[in-house]
Amino acid sequence: MNATIKPMITLEEICTEAENFRLSNPNIGDKIVSDIYANAEAIARPAITKKISEKRSWDHRLDDILTSRLFGYPIMLLLLSAIFWITITGANIPSEMIANTLFAFQDQLLTWFEMTGAPDWLTGVLVLGMYRGLAWVVAVMLPPMAIFFPLFTLLEDLGYLPRVAFNLDNMFKRCHACGKQILTMCMGFGCNAAGVISCRIIDSPRERLIAILTNNFVPCNGRFPTLIAIATIFVGGMFISELQTAVAAVVITCLVMLGILVTFAVSWALSHTILQGEASSLVLELPPYRKPQLGPIFYRSLIDRTIFVLKRAVIMAAPAGAITWILANTYIGEISIIGHLAAWLQPLGYAIGLDGFILLAFILGLPANEIVVPILLMSYLSTGQMMDFDSLEELRNILISHNWTWLTAICTMLFCLLHWPCTTTLLSAYKETGSKKWTFLTFMIPTAIAFIVCFLVAQSTRLLNLV
Amino acid sequence: MNTMSTNMPLSAIGIGSMCQVVSLNLEGLLRRRILDLGMVPGTPVQCIRKSPAGDPVAYLVRDTLIALRSEDASQITVNLTKEF
Amino acid sequence: MTNANTEEHRKILREHFGITTSQGQFTVALAGNPNVGKSTVFNALTGLHQHTGNWPGKTVDNAQGNFTYLDRSFLMVDLPGTYSILAHTVEEQVARDFICFGKPDATLVVLDATCLERNLNLALQVMEITPKIIVCVNLMDEAEKKNIKIDISALQKELGVPVIATAARNGKGLDDLRQGLYEMSTGSCIAVPRQIKYSPEVENAIQQLMPNISRLIGPNLNPRWVALRLLDGDQTFIKSITHYLDLNLHLTGLQEVAV
Repeated sequence: MNATIKPMITLEEICTEAENFRLSNPNIGDKIVSDIYANAEAIARPAITKKISEKRSWDHRLDDILTSRLFGYPIMLLLLSAIFWITITGANIPSEMIANTLFAFQDQLLTWFEMTGAPDWLTGVLVLGMYRGLAWVVAVMLPPMAIFFPLFTLLEDLGYLPRVAFNLDNMFKRCHACGKQILTMCMGFGCNAAGVISCRIIDSPRERLIAILTNNFVPCNGRFPTLIAIATIFVGGMFISELQTAVAAVVITCLVMLGILVTFAVSWALSHTILQGEASSLVLELPPYRKPQLGPIFYRSLIDRTIFVLKRAVIMAAPAGAITWILANTYIGEISIIGHLAAWLQPLGYAIGLDGFILLAFILGLPANEIVVPILLMSYLSTGQMMDFDSLEELRNILISHNWTWLTAICTMLFCLLHWPCTTTLLSAYKETGSKKWTFLTFMIPTAIAFIVCFLVAQSTRLLNLV
Repeated sequence: MNTMSTNMPLSAIGIGSMCQVVSLNLEGLLRRRILDLGMVPGTPVQCIRKSPAGDPVAYLVRDTLIALRSEDASQITVNLTKEF
Repeated sequence: MTNANTEEHRKILREHFGITTSQGQFTVALAGNPNVGKSTVFNALTGLHQHTGNWPGKTVDNAQGNFTYLDRSFLMVDLPGTYSILAHTVEEQVARDFICFGKPDATLVVLDATCLERNLNLALQVMEITPKIIVCVNLMDEAEKKNIKIDISALQKELGVPVIATAARNGKGLDDLRQGLYEMSTGSCIAVPRQIKYSPEVENAIQQLMPNISRLIGPNLNPRWVALRLLDGDQTFIKSITHYLDLNLHLTGLQEVAV
């Protein structure tokens, strides 16, 4: 028996052979898909019996309303606002309850530390710094996240979210972006880090980047308490108490609208400069409306969000709290480091309508937006630990006694809306883009816009002698 | 006997009308995605509704509602089968 | 030929796909179009025993969960929802690579009963890659509401693979699903998937390419499917083959000599 040694064919040779077929049959790819569908038809048709009904189906009639010219937009705005409103108001009581529990435990921790005779600085760093930071973030972030995300997932399971993209795609198309961006913006309202990750639903890499870079202009749940407090005190405070909450609500709505406007403007700008390219296409499936599974949604969402908040609190907020405490309680001469830094930042802060302490609070709040106001109060009152306020009246007095004017309030709110994203968001942006350059821009673009806008507002207001 | 071809772009189909896909003048990923959704030549398509802004437009293809922008729909040639 | 117990398979899963299995655990891939209730099936089968993450090196979600049925443990890998796996997007590549090179013990393709034709597109494609496939026709309750009746046994006969009707939302059909997965994974059920019939030009090209492909790739992959991918000009597939099958090519090279 003779052994014949056949030369081994290589993958390249086979590929070349296939390539030749492809070149002589340029539409072979299309043909393959057509053929698969022909097979699918042949298999499916005999197996399916459909009773054609003359009546329009449920789905159809519902869509007639939800995407109509008359009702489409109002209903959409109503639904989304309802979710936002439920999140914000619904979170109040749980936040307070969690805060009370966690801060009560803090007192317990203080007692224990005292009993073991731990040095003051250790107690300070661990309990008044780390634990306090952690507790704050959990109390502020957990309830809204636990309400917002399940509600949003509910809308998603219902099948309504693609309709939102369907209704708004035209607007985004004009900025050379994708209609699905509105969904990432809604997620950003819950949490900007989650918003950045949700940009995966956008297929085109270019449009995905635009969505990631602009996500921060939608204020997240961590920033809302700040905005609400300032809006209520300073703007609402100028009206009689009955109108206060209503006015504050209007202010917040205006701020959110401004954020959305900036998103469109920046998306447009990016599409015409560094992220140039024609609008890519939209192929959006509008699934049938389905009854969502309430139980599993809420349960799973709750668990996922709780874990996320706790992880973030431990990784970002605790160290931030520790560092803040150290800076506030380490003295150089008569003044704490925070005092020195605030003084150093004062000129820049003043130029943009803030002051050194406010700007410093934002900087130290880079890991978590929730601690900005606590840090601010701590610095103002030189208490050495992050502070809460017992009533809006109290907050108002503290701020006014530190030279806050309505201009300061407005600029602080604007800065809060527009400034850099928190570290968790930046980290998510890095993981999603895989690029240091784009992560840097995720940081830089909001920062630049915040400074420019606040500068213009502050300077022009002062120039016109309005304050 | 009317032998005139009623070929037109998909974007010209009015709401409620039905047609059949003739050819796709699209490129790249968009082409593949539309084919993968079953819009191969010969497939019946029905125009269902427009977005309140006028664009995109939702079409019924193989029991699925798919929304396409008018620029892209204009690149799909169809044969009108039933006008509404 | 089940490979649930081979160390090599577990190593491939771990190193290439970031999936850790326990000794003797079956892997099941879960595929399907978006919006077919795939997550409902996933949640129903795995309950709370799941965790999410990313596929290694990609920004694509990966969810894994486990469940036990009879005496065996299963790890279910939820693949991204895709309309096809002709691999033009990252999600499709991930799904394709796992089914093809991760060699799960069974692949469960979930279809939407209310738009069967479009969903069959994916099922047929998966059938070309592996015979270890179970088709799950989900959302039967929705179909009933729309007065759509599906002849499951006729479908099964046509496809040549097990077809199981479910309404996962209501918990219907899940036991049959578990049973089906068990039988497929243990090898007590062998499917003979219907071969897709292509038009003459395509079939011709396939026949020309197949012999060489079989020689090169060996029994690892269905040569028909490989031929189709190459004809389609699928660059990522060529990269994947060289990446995953690099080792095997050397082995087959040696076998050629002693003919």
